[in-house]
Amino acid sequence: MTASVATARRPMRPSSDVASRILRRNGWSVGLFGLLVLFLAMTKAIQPTYGASELQDLARGALPLALAAVAQTIVVVSGGIDLSVGPMMALASVTAASLMQDQGEGFGVVVAVGVLAMGLAIGAINGSLIVLTRVPDIVVTLAMSFVWAGCALLVLDSPGGGASTWLKGLVNGSVGSEWIPRAFITLIVLVGIVWVPLRRSRTGISLYAIGSDRLAAFRSGVPVGRMKILAYALTGLFSALGGLALTGYTGIGAPVPGNYTLLGIAAIVLGGVSLAGGRGGVVGPVIAVAILSIIRSDLTFLNVNPNLATVIQGLILIGVVMLGSLLALRRTRR
Amino acid sequence: MTELLLDATAVAKRYGAVAALRSASLAVRPGEVHALMGANGAGKSTLVKILTGVVPPDSGTILVNGRPYLARSPAEARRAGVVSVYQEPSLVPDLDVASNLRLTTTPVKPFLDWMERLGIERLDLRDLARQLPLATLRIIDLARALASEPKVLLLDEMTAALPADLTERVLDVIASQRGSNRCVIFISHRLIEIAAVCDRATVLREGSTVGVVDVTEGSDDRIVSLMLGAVVKKMADRGPVASRSTVATDVAPRLAVRNLRADARLQDVSFELRAGEVLGIAALEGQGQDELFDILSGATGRAGGEVLVDGAPLTFRHPADAIRAGLVYVPADRAEALLMQRSVRENIALPWSASVRSWGLIPQQDERRRVAAATAQLQIDIRAGSEVRRLSGGNQQKVTIARWVAHGVRTLLCFDPTRGIDIGTKAQIYELLRDLAAEGAAVLLYTSELKEIQLACDRAIVIFGGRVVATIPIEDADEPALLRAAYDLPPDAAMPEEIAAAAVAEAAGAADAANAAATPGSPPTQPGLSA
Repeated sequence: MTASVATARRPMRPSSDVASRILRRNGWSVGLFGLLVLFLAMTKAIQPTYGASELQDLARGALPLALAAVAQTIVVVSGGIDLSVGPMMALASVTAASLMQDQGEGFGVVVAVGVLAMGLAIGAINGSLIVLTRVPDIVVTLAMSFVWAGCALLVLDSPGGGASTWLKGLVNGSVGSEWIPRAFITLIVLVGIVWVPLRRSRTGISLYAIGSDRLAAFRSGVPVGRMKILAYALTGLFSALGGLALTGYTGIGAPVPGNYTLLGIAAIVLGGVSLAGGRGGVVGPVIAVAILSIIRSDLTFLNVNPNLATVIQGLILIGVVMLGSLLALRRTRR
Repeated sequence: MTELLLDATAVAKRYGAVAALRSASLAVRPGEVHALMGANGAGKSTLVKILTGVVPPDSGTILVNGRPYLARSPAEARRAGVVSVYQEPSLVPDLDVASNLRLTTTPVKPFLDWMERLGIERLDLRDLARQLPLATLRIIDLARALASEPKVLLLDEMTAALPADLTERVLDVIASQRGSNRCVIFISHRLIEIAAVCDRATVLREGSTVGVVDVTEGSDDRIVSLMLGAVVKKMADRGPVASRSTVATDVAPRLAVRNLRADARLQDVSFELRAGEVLGIAALEGQGQDELFDILSGATGRAGGEVLVDGAPLTFRHPADAIRAGLVYVPADRAEALLMQRSVRENIALPWSASVRSWGLIPQQDERRRVAAATAQLQIDIRAGSEVRRLSGGNQQKVTIARWVAHGVRTLLCFDPTRGIDIGTKAQIYELLRDLAAEGAAVLLYTSELKEIQLACDRAIVIFGGRVVATIPIEDADEPALLRAAYDLPPDAAMPEEIAAAAVAEAAGAADAANAAATPGSPPTQPGLSA
């Protein structure tokens, strides 16, 4: 007991330690960033021609997955999980593509806003079902993933439709220097105007609170049910953004896109988000998406059998997460 | 009655078939520090939960400042000026202190002022709650509650996890609330703290308010007797308890525990348990008994001390080690021990078949025979035996014991095995424990129902604050003696039966008038405790 009192009354840390605390608290993201730089260097070594246009390709191709990862992060830090992210993206993508086809730019903007509102709404439906029926989140969102996937196929039963030019423009090309892909800036702006202000508000703190300790959050006066619905609604919103990015990138609507749900979960785990809730942010998962995408492109360049490439990707994921946990364990033991 | 700040009358709450509160009343004046007292399960926590909006009451009226009060959530209660510090920290572990304050919209400046008064001057608000020591978290909880300027402040076992110097500061601050325009409702197992800061005490027993006592010198006895109620008279229907089984004293004890230490909860516990003996452990909640049983059953490690089985010192790294050494564990929560979706047969056979070579076949005939013998011995109703979860609680508990009995038991560790079990099954379980002891087993029994110690045990030890504070021969181990020891009251302060009886009668008459009539008579001699 005397030891605990001693720590309770330790002197205030000097301000130079603030930097070290920021480093410590975001250690995982910093480590991942180092890994990303390492992979980029490796890529340059493997592909000597790797340059600005390849970087743009990388950002463009990774944007939908990055948004899927952000979507999943929001719901996981608040203590849930959403297995319908991929199908929600598909629904947003085909809805946008089928309505935007052969229409004016102005109408395209209206469509995009409508699709985002739809994303919020279907996310809120997921959340409300979980809160009201008390069926476990994993079951509800698995079931709803079939519903949204079916809806997407009802809208468009095969890839088709079209995308407004401005939407393609948001995803392709670069800003300022050719080394800064526009897709990257788009991602930063989207996260910057939705997530960052929220994260700093009492609402954002409440999202983390219900994921960290529901009882303590409830006792602190957080409306747990409402916050949960909000988390799923935001996940729906970012899934819709991911769907729009998909349409902007490919120029058409994809009723059956890649496995964004599970790849997104892989990315947030690699990105340092605790599946138990309460811990992690959006920066780590975004870097993780970049890493996963680079690995993919390197293996393709090296002409590795794509099936084997999937195996390697999976093993790297396990390896990195295991290494991270070991490092964290050593730190707490010390 | 308008001068009362908080006035709750006839509050009742049922959880399913269990009545947690029958008719609880609590009246607190402004500027008063009021103790809420009662033995384990008397309904204190339920009353706190109702007042702070965690659960709704079934019936009863609550007035705050003379106005009807009903909070549907802790947030609503806080807005109405009713704030609680709960038994366990209510800070969100993954948020820093500043964010936790924002969650409750607590102003930072008064919070820091209170922290300083409570003895923690330097607190980095950017620290995550999970990184702070438990004692600091408790102080933050209290400072956060005080900073929100509550009208009614409830403190539920606030001091349980605090070191002595911080406890003193907390009590100082609580005492300074006397005469203010708010009131404090203080719950503690430590009578000495009640005596130090409280003006009056409301005593709950079995979900009802049984008396209100002015806290003055010598009121301890009245409070304890009110908590006990009618059980003060000795259970006369029991036969002589001494030497019910032959205890082997010539060989090394089956289990010897020397100076066992874990964390702050378990400080220094020593005892010996011999073959043929049932040793009872009495303790209030959270006095270290959980940690003791965790260590003995091999679930957690120890920080110091020795565990000797048949005279040989042993260290358990896994429950399997303890089982191999003959120490088997029956927890209070059946779900911890049983495979709820599997059959009675599989559950009983499991500990034994686990010792079958992992690639060998389980000899089914032998298994069936052992299981049949065990179910017969324990009179388990196996009509719903295909899934254990469909059995009644009592039958489930019998299965947890049968698991060990079927394969020959040497040392049985029972942690509150009769929690939530009907009286008939309770008697069967105690009879079984006695039979096992008679057959040469050693039984360690912790029970939260103090009056059951005399039914089943040969000897009792009392743990308080992680230490053994008393060893009581069974003929003296009636409920008053055990409770007195469990509160760590001096053993010479004997139990005045007349006062207790008078208090009960009087409490039944008029609860509020109870203040006047505390006349301590000359206490008749009661069995003393040997510490």
